[in-house]
Amino acid sequence: MKQVPQKDAPLKLNETANWIREDVSYEVNEPDAYALEEALRQKEKHGGEVAVITSGPARAQQVLREALAKGADRAIHLEDSAFVGLDALSTARVFAAAIKGEQFDLIFTGLQSDDFGFAQTGVILAELLGWPHATIIMQIEKTETGIRVKRELEAGYFQYVDMPLPAVLTIQSGINKLRYATLIGIKQAKNKPLRKVALAEVQPAISGNLQKIERLYVPQKTKNTEFLEGSAGEVAKKLVDKLRNEARVI
Amino acid sequence: MPDTILVVAEQREGKLNRVSWETVTAGQALASQTGWTLEAAVVGSGISGIASEVASRKAAKVYAVESPKLEPYTPDAFAFALKQFIESKQPKLVLMPHTYQVRDFVPKLATAMGRTVISDCVGYKKEGDKLVFTRQMFQGKLAADVSFGCEPPWFVTFQNGAFRGDKVETGAAAARVETVNVEIGDGVIRNRPQEVFKEAKQAVDLTQAEIIVSVGRGIKEQKNIELARQLAEALGGEIAASRPICDSGWLPMDRQIGSSGQTVAPKLYLALGISGAIQHIVGMKGARTIIAVNKDSEAPIFEIADYAVVGNLFDIVPPLIEEVRKAKATG
Repeated sequence: MKQVPQKDAPLKLNETANWIREDVSYEVNEPDAYALEEALRQKEKHGGEVAVITSGPARAQQVLREALAKGADRAIHLEDSAFVGLDALSTARVFAAAIKGEQFDLIFTGLQSDDFGFAQTGVILAELLGWPHATIIMQIEKTETGIRVKRELEAGYFQYVDMPLPAVLTIQSGINKLRYATLIGIKQAKNKPLRKVALAEVQPAISGNLQKIERLYVPQKTKNTEFLEGSAGEVAKKLVDKLRNEARVI
Repeated sequence: MPDTILVVAEQREGKLNRVSWETVTAGQALASQTGWTLEAAVVGSGISGIASEVASRKAAKVYAVESPKLEPYTPDAFAFALKQFIESKQPKLVLMPHTYQVRDFVPKLATAMGRTVISDCVGYKKEGDKLVFTRQMFQGKLAADVSFGCEPPWFVTFQNGAFRGDKVETGAAAARVETVNVEIGDGVIRNRPQEVFKEAKQAVDLTQAEIIVSVGRGIKEQKNIELARQLAEALGGEIAASRPICDSGWLPMDRQIGSSGQTVAPKLYLALGISGAIQHIVGMKGARTIIAVNKDSEAPIFEIADYAVVGNLFDIVPPLIEEVRKAKATG
């Protein structure tokens, strides 16, 4: 799971303009919330255990606490601000290192993050682990031989895929409805195991980013946007004028 | 060997995915700026016809990367075949369209080759000898210029609509087509895909609508969609929505506009309470006129709007419906 700046947080560039200033509010990456929800539902159906993992500074723990409060059983926190700057490959590498020795049957991630939007970490992790994977999943069913998943394709098409376990799946939003953490859940979360993993423990897995953000900037507008101002009534009239004379739909 | 740009065109079930033309256009632009050679590849089974189709455009050569095990598509087979192919041809730059299928295998391919993918790019810049690729971040609020910190091959995927497929250049003569057969051993492919199918019959084809009134999270509650419906009706248009609205079941999935829904280019797209996340924008940025109403002045939708109203849609829409009705009545 990933912690990302809140959707409507005003973003400011840092001095070197290659990242944002971190004095914003954060929230869980929404696609990951769907991944967690799906994991919890699978546990409710088939039993088992749900573990959640994240990498990031101390503030990222919030994402894990919320997950535990919703019903996850244990959490792993790769805690260090250095993790924020890692690209998808390095992130997948440190996750793989952190879960060495675990015996997971399924690993879920959201289909992409709302900050970077690469949509790669889950697929890279599968490759590093040597596991099969499928992306943009809308449904998961247990079968004799493993699982049957429903993959979303573009333009309203879908496809079922049979897969063996263990496997990595990236989960699409809308697969389920997100639950809220209950007060009891929040209380119980405090006693659930939260293992911290220091940067030093997984450092050998990182070998330097293979790609670099040279600069971050406010995108140059290619459109000449005309802002219409005034009272609601005035704006309505202006809009109709545009609809009639510019868009020519009236 | 000259430096080569390889465009991997996408085919699905024997048909070329038209977004591949956009990638060829990108490849042609990069080739002319860098002086590198442009080649293309199509991956699948029995795809020589598609390879010939691609060869009708300006490129030095087109490869048909063949194996019966490449149909149906699986990430294992595609990553395996392309790894073998790319290792033998050693292109400097590998370009693909950022489709669902590419997203499913290219990170695996790059990782298997010890490389990285700069994905969902909207453009590129040549800075001296260095190429940087521009991509949107934070849901389109910021742009990033990203460079490679590793040896070639460099993998890049381009966003839908970042380049014009209709601007692709035709060559003086068709490019040569060469078939490359790949051996994919047993045990490589682990997934067993079934038939592709369309869900419930699509009641409405939004791609045919000239006017679309679209709602996003700003509509707050399902019952408020009635307001948007009235506006759509007054204008003689169709109602549509961003994904979260459809995920919540407030409108059926066939009303969804965006990367997982429909891509439309109507005369008018009126976005109400839509922030403008990338996944939505790729589905409607081709509209002739875009009008956006949103409370948040920083909403990325305003980057592509022709006319913008920063305000509460619940204040704006009712008088707008009135004015539209009046205007239509007077003719």
